Amino acid sequence: MSMATSGGAPVDRVNYLNKEYGVGSWLFTTDHKRIALLYLLSITFFFFIGGFFALLIRLELLTPASDLVQADTYNKLFTMHGMVMVFFFLIPSIPAVLGNFLIPLMIGAKDLAFPRVNLLSWYIYITGGIIMLHCMLTGGVDTGWTFYTPFSTAFTNTKIVEAGIAIFIVGFSSILTGLNFIVTIHRMRAPGMTWSRLPLFIWAHYATSIIQILGTPVVAITIVLVAAERTLHLGIFDPKLGGDPLLFQHLFWFYSHPAVYIMILPSMGVVTEIIACFSRKRIFGYSFVAFSSIAIAVFGFLVWAHHMFVAGISVYAALIFSLLSYAVAVPSAVKVFNWTATLYKGSIHYDAPMLYAFGFLGLFTIGGLTGLFLAALGIDVHVTDTYFVVAHFHYIMVGGAVMGYLGGMHFWWPKISGRLYPEGWARLAALIVFIGFNLTFFPQFLLGYMGMPRRYADYSHMPEFQILNVFSTAGATVLGIGYLLPMIYFLWSMRYGKPASDNPWNAAGLEWKTTSPPPTFNFVEEPVVTWEAYNYAELDAPQQDKNKQEVPVAR
Amino acid sequence: MLDNFPLWPDRASTMAGNVDALYIFLLIVSGLMTLLIFVAVVYFAARYRYRRGVPAVQIEGSIPLELTWSIIPLFVFMAIFLWGAVVFFRGRTPPRDSTEVYVVAKQWMWKLEHAEGQREINELHVPVGRDVKLIMTSQDVIHSFYVPAFRMKQDVLPGRYTMAWFRATKPGTYHLFCAEYCGTQHSGMVGSIVVMDPAQYEAWMSGGSTGPLAATGEKIFSQLGCATCHRTDTQGRGPNLQGVFGKPVQLEDGRTVTADENYVRECILDPGAKRVKGFQPIMPTFQGLVSEEQVNALVAYVKSLSNSSAAGANSNAAVALPAAPDKATAKGNQVQ
Repeated sequence: MSMATSGGAPVDRVNYLNKEYGVGSWLFTTDHKRIALLYLLSITFFFFIGGFFALLIRLELLTPASDLVQADTYNKLFTMHGMVMVFFFLIPSIPAVLGNFLIPLMIGAKDLAFPRVNLLSWYIYITGGIIMLHCMLTGGVDTGWTFYTPFSTAFTNTKIVEAGIAIFIVGFSSILTGLNFIVTIHRMRAPGMTWSRLPLFIWAHYATSIIQILGTPVVAITIVLVAAERTLHLGIFDPKLGGDPLLFQHLFWFYSHPAVYIMILPSMGVVTEIIACFSRKRIFGYSFVAFSSIAIAVFGFLVWAHHMFVAGISVYAALIFSLLSYAVAVPSAVKVFNWTATLYKGSIHYDAPMLYAFGFLGLFTIGGLTGLFLAALGIDVHVTDTYFVVAHFHYIMVGGAVMGYLGGMHFWWPKISGRLYPEGWARLAALIVFIGFNLTFFPQFLLGYMGMPRRYADYSHMPEFQILNVFSTAGATVLGIGYLLPMIYFLWSMRYGKPASDNPWNAAGLEWKTTSPPPTFNFVEEPVVTWEAYNYAELDAPQQDKNKQEVPVAR
Repeated sequence: MLDNFPLWPDRASTMAGNVDALYIFLLIVSGLMTLLIFVAVVYFAARYRYRRGVPAVQIEGSIPLELTWSIIPLFVFMAIFLWGAVVFFRGRTPPRDSTEVYVVAKQWMWKLEHAEGQREINELHVPVGRDVKLIMTSQDVIHSFYVPAFRMKQDVLPGRYTMAWFRATKPGTYHLFCAEYCGTQHSGMVGSIVVMDPAQYEAWMSGGSTGPLAATGEKIFSQLGCATCHRTDTQGRGPNLQGVFGKPVQLEDGRTVTADENYVRECILDPGAKRVKGFQPIMPTFQGLVSEEQVNALVAYVKSLSNSSAAGANSNAAVALPAAPDKATAKGNQVQ
């Protein structure tokens, strides 16, 4: 699809970007679009910090001996890689950037329901982020991002309480964002924007928000208990004080398993929008895709102990959690089949966002299917806590969530910035990311089945693991380049990119019916929705007068 | 066939074949599913690529199709679940009369003690073809006992016992890993399992033992004065421990528990928690007074008091025998 540029220079119109200048106009903004950009800057910062840790981890594992860094440093690297990536990048990534930017636009609202709460959530995020940075710069943590007790409460001498405070605080930004989205989606929809006309991106964010507000408080409580045991020696988790270390794991995974769905559901929403647009089709089985998001959010809360099959829980508990884990796999499979079916008899374009969506489909499928291996009790005993798990969750959380995030950033970049990104470079980057990703993480499945445990700084006793680690490190280098490229050309395009028209993809959805970039209150006049979601048939009808596509206006 | 396949772990236990079979089945199922989706996506993407003047055909959806691709995967998933559960149950249920090895994990070392008394560090010698049950605990943080060649892994927790078992099938030396992150030298907490032919194993066993673990336990039992209350008759202030192990025990609070390794351990370290019905809470805790190894020896001793198999039957017979003449005498007296 060629990206149309409109005549004149729409960037010169008054919009949310050029309405005001100055630091204050950004730091005190309540405009959801500006807050989305504040989030974009902050999470990109943390993404590259987390990525830098990942690079050091991979370099260390290039050789079996612990030679680049000592074991202590290595343990801190994978801990902080996990904490930064999970809590400061993946969880806020799509919701806080694309969700924040797009939800009001997609439902025809002027802003989120609570604009000041939205700004507050960013400040909370930044407060947590600064504490995390301080923690990392003054010594860091070596517990693993899962900070299992009693290691975290009684044995480590690193800054676990400070890291806990950072995560505790940043959790509130996640809760506030979720709360804001739920209220907005319920209360702020434009006339005619019924639930069945909502873009599936909105359904995905609605499901995500439910998890955020129900799950996050549990990890907050868990952190408080860990801090209480560590500082006040209250016996909660440490058996020496009369506690139960498995209780910690139950509480931790009660949040941290659903948290995986906080990361993947929004990405599924993005991919749904992209596939519909670049196949020029209404999504196949709209209501099944919508309700599968809700089903994932609900069932996602019932499977946490599948992280604990060998932890010492009873065989009967293990049996139930294995069964439920297979139940949650069904709605994910339903989504994949519906996306595939949407391509059937479509009119498919290969622009960069679609390439990312294809990448997502492939990587999420592999990530999901390897989840079936881990949910099978007999196999989990062998592969849990090995590189098999590491590969599996990176396929979901990087292959799935980050591919979707990048696809979404490309798809909506013209709307966000008012500029077009360079398409050729973007396709190249998508290809590099896909190849680099598979080269990095596929060998780790093999390593895992061979038995290489995760979190090993040194594998000199088992040199047979080296060859696959070399592949993985090589892949990580390629992947790193793939991630740097978009950052460079997005920055470049902000100044030199061609001005974008209001709807360069000729896409369905209210966000494309306002200007690029949108004005501060999104729509000049409140839109009234009279069409179903994904009305690509009408958009592509050749004879139709384009003027009929204009937004009907209320009043 | 798989034994010489590169990138495939050794198979040296009865579990390995079961796990591999399920794994291969899953590789085939997920391979087919991946292929199905991959072929469909590539075919559709090529066949229905954008052509000027050929619009997309709008399709609302199809309930029969949605049901098909929900229900068929569900059945496939249930089959995998059942198979996985069966393999798991087999791996979690130690056969009766296994050889027992007590494992104490600590940062960053494995301490192993055979029931026969041999002690080892970071190395475990076992014979081919015998069931070995591991009774494991940790002195500090959570560790995990992982032998890839046996497809066996079990977390090792402080404050309680966790169990695992295996039967080795192939002589050789195999990796033992700690699989649960446990601090700085986590990756140094590795060792090996040496699987030997039975004859070699007997030779190895004959050297360096300090006597059976139960005998060590008996010594500790008398040193700590346990025998003053836990007498072998019904007159003791504590329960008689003869024949107790493995049996249900009535507690003061009305519950009934099975006297397994964890219960005996808890009674030594936290005697008030599950007090036997009819006894006063007078036993002091031995938390901090005995090492993990000594607790293991005590558990092994208590266990030896009720070996239900051959030895137990003999001792019962031995107890019963002197009684018989008494009865006979009594009867005789009556007759007389």
